[in-house]
Amino acid sequence: MDVDPCLLEVRGCRQAYHKEASADLVVLEDVDLTLREGEIVALLGRSGSGKSTLLRIVSGLLKPTSGDVFWRGKALTGPADGVAMVFQSFALFPWLTVQENVELGLEARGVSRVEREKRAEQAIDLIGLGGFESAYPKELSGGMRQRVGLARALVVYPDLLLMDEPFSALDVLTAETLRTDLIDLWSDGKLPVKSVLMVTHNIEEAVLMCDRILVFSSNPGRVASELTVPFPHPRNRLDPAFRQMVDDIYALMTRRPVAVPKAATETPVSPLAIPLQRVGTNLMSGLMETMAGEPYLGRADLPALAGSLQYEVDDLLPLGETLQLLRFALLEEGDIMLTDNGRAFVDADTDERKRLFADALRAYVPLVAMIRQVLDERWNHRASAVRFRDELEDHMSPDYADATLRTVIGWGRYAEIFNYDEEAEQFSLDDIE
Amino acid sequence: MICVFGALVAVAHIARGTLVPIDAPGATEVGLDPWNLPEYAVRTTLRMFAALVASLLFTFTYGTAAAKSRRAGLVLVPILDILQSVPILGFLTFTVVFFMNLFPGQVLGLELASIFAIFTSQAWNMAFSLYQSLKTVPSDLNEATIAFHLTGWQRFWRLEVPFAVPGLVWNTMMSMSGGWFFVVASEAVSVGDNTWKLPGIGSYVALALEQRDIAAVLWAIAAMLAVILAYDQLLFRPLVAWSARFKFETTAGATADDPWMLRLLRRTRMLQLAGDRIGDLVGALGGMRLSFSTGRRQTNEVAPSRAVDIACAVLMGAVLIWIGFMAVGFASDTLAWADLLEAFELGAITMLRVAVLMVLASVIWVPIGVWLGLRPVWARRAQPVAQFLAAFPANLLFPPVVLFIVHFHLSADIWLTPLMVLGTQWYILFNVIAGAAAFPGDLREAAANFRVGGWLWWRKVMLPGILTYYVTGAITASGGSWNAAIVAEVASWGDTKLVAHGLGAYIAGATDKGDMPRVVLGVVVMSAFVVLFNRLLWRPLYAFAQRRLTLG
Repeated sequence: MDVDPCLLEVRGCRQAYHKEASADLVVLEDVDLTLREGEIVALLGRSGSGKSTLLRIVSGLLKPTSGDVFWRGKALTGPADGVAMVFQSFALFPWLTVQENVELGLEARGVSRVEREKRAEQAIDLIGLGGFESAYPKELSGGMRQRVGLARALVVYPDLLLMDEPFSALDVLTAETLRTDLIDLWSDGKLPVKSVLMVTHNIEEAVLMCDRILVFSSNPGRVASELTVPFPHPRNRLDPAFRQMVDDIYALMTRRPVAVPKAATETPVSPLAIPLQRVGTNLMSGLMETMAGEPYLGRADLPALAGSLQYEVDDLLPLGETLQLLRFALLEEGDIMLTDNGRAFVDADTDERKRLFADALRAYVPLVAMIRQVLDERWNHRASAVRFRDELEDHMSPDYADATLRTVIGWGRYAEIFNYDEEAEQFSLDDIE
Repeated sequence: MICVFGALVAVAHIARGTLVPIDAPGATEVGLDPWNLPEYAVRTTLRMFAALVASLLFTFTYGTAAAKSRRAGLVLVPILDILQSVPILGFLTFTVVFFMNLFPGQVLGLELASIFAIFTSQAWNMAFSLYQSLKTVPSDLNEATIAFHLTGWQRFWRLEVPFAVPGLVWNTMMSMSGGWFFVVASEAVSVGDNTWKLPGIGSYVALALEQRDIAAVLWAIAAMLAVILAYDQLLFRPLVAWSARFKFETTAGATADDPWMLRLLRRTRMLQLAGDRIGDLVGALGGMRLSFSTGRRQTNEVAPSRAVDIACAVLMGAVLIWIGFMAVGFASDTLAWADLLEAFELGAITMLRVAVLMVLASVIWVPIGVWLGLRPVWARRAQPVAQFLAAFPANLLFPPVVLFIVHFHLSADIWLTPLMVLGTQWYILFNVIAGAAAFPGDLREAAANFRVGGWLWWRKVMLPGILTYYVTGAITASGGSWNAAIVAEVASWGDTKLVAHGLGAYIAGATDKGDMPRVVLGVVVMSAFVVLFNRLLWRPLYAFAQRRLTLG
């Protein structure tokens, strides 16, 4: 084998979705990525950090708005030969058997039937699916389905295997088995691939499997840092060095974004431009109560908290950040701490909690303050949700705008700041004193 | 084997018959001897299948074009929507004249006219079904086909068509049911003074009505029952069971037993071998690496060109204005505003009929459907019966009703009305059965636990739960009733002719007289009523049910 020949190179990649009225929505900004033979690389980040978008660009499914993608030194213009993908949702064809699903990619290449069957059988056996050839996907458990997804990708002998959160739809034990099986095959050199690029939001998964981790920051997606994982396979999750690395990455991901100096010409960011994450009020109360109690007593280590709650980064960080937004908690170097407001909330009864929550909302969530203000000004105390959604969509994608609006509706109802009629899509002050 | 050869011989024989000149003895003669019925039944069925093939061709071209090209879709989808609402029975006259001119003096012209009439009753909803499936192909599977380098052709046959199969099979079955109604109406056609009868069950019934032969009518009904039972068992049961494998579900549900025909196909070695060969052939065809789009296939968002859009819109507008201009010119020669007014008045009468019938049918069938649906054993028995009844061409049942009305000297305006829902009420029944059967068990238990009963149970528990299903059935039923009005508002028994006041009778009368402008007027007004009925009542109701009464 050559010394680290470069498989794939992404340079200055930017992905933006064009919006008619206002500025582009930037999903990825100035991303560089180099993949060499013989390594497993993780793109680690929160949902919305553009890592899946990058994977789709690498796979040739999506053309970046600007920037270059080179596959083996040549510019990429569509799905490349030698790149195969494993999907988060498995993307198996329910009307094809395991064997037929696996053969699909070969058939598309016009491989003869005999050859197809031979190679499919090898892949099926390799991935531990022997005996299931004639089963239909719906007869299989989630773990077995993802094995089919893997076999389907491996059977084309790809140089690069792309995996889009391949284990996140599986339960904890199944996912772990699949990870170790895959790493064992990789270590033994049995995988017919030269390199693997996987997207994940699971920090431990990235540290367990990968040689290199690119940590993404959100809004817009950027590579915040690049880490090399020095441990040999098989890795031990309980090894102190392993734990330390996980801790460090948590700290990295909760670090407040360094204020980027803005050019003078750029318009000031509107207070509405913060996408809110769909975090329910019950979850917030629950987390604050947990943090106030034993053994945390107001300060918790995020990885430990995630471990005991069986949460992944994607569950815990939005929760923590929302508490931080409302000044109920503070995130710092991989720890989360209750503020005085947070403690007051934990000690209060239901009505008092609602009042505290309402105060925090009106003080720190401009959208809530704005909705209430509009309602107060109107003679009939009613306002259509459409106008707020439109305003949000000037600053974020329609999906985020929708999620943000729904979040605000849930919070506002709980805090009894306003009421909402789903049928008429209208905010009102009905039943609110 | 004998069956297969027998069928081939019969087909060949009948095909030879179509090239015979129309005046040749026997070509368009129908006899009332019951022994003729098997041959007539075969002929009628062949017409059905010829139309079905045409409908499938139409579906795969029109439906695909509408789904694949955004601009084509902008034009094709609304057209399809309108076509669905046009009562095509009213146009029978024109199509007959058209096809007769195409093949002057040959039976083929008549045959084609009849097949075309059936086609128009089958094609629209099939094309819609394919269109909707193509529009909702799961995006991850679509990405997978691109990532694994499937060509457009391969993707169509490996992903899009299989995904569309369950909906398409179901709609084909519905279309087949609807088609019987038209085949019976389209075999005996009179244009002006001439009346042609194509050998078939429909013309047999027509002749029986002329000659007041009730025994012959009953024979025809029996033959029809046999035919429907046969194709239902031999074709559609196996087809529906087979299409279940293409259902897009990721969990294994409870599966029903295979119908006997499918078991036979799977277990008989020779048939199985033949099936495998066909399967291989289709597989090879779908697997061919044909590619229609050369360049790169990436899902980057190409901003659609505004200029071309505007050009398309302007062109469409021009065409529409031209058509409108032509229509007004055509109509103003013979029609006055009074005619339009008359048509609308009659349309209102027919609408009243349809509304009353829908209410009556709902009051009767919703409770029965719920009762059946909540008892799985009964539901399983009742469902095929309801489907079967929906397939039965209700116009065959008209004669006994006419006899009844004539005998008791009843008012045609009232007593002809039920004929309109005779064939279409079953759609309400079997949709309600399906809805009740799918009603979540925990909700029923909760209702029982809180002792919700009586009217409250209907109002708060069951009716909201089945509303989406009910509306689906009611849309089909009301649309069908409008169409049926054209044959149901006029009925005859020998020389006795019963006419009810209504738009259907108006169209039928104009057709008899060969009064083209009034036929067109009647059909246009009826289409307008159907479209309005759908837009103002059923669509909003369905949207409401979807939004409010379904979980998730």
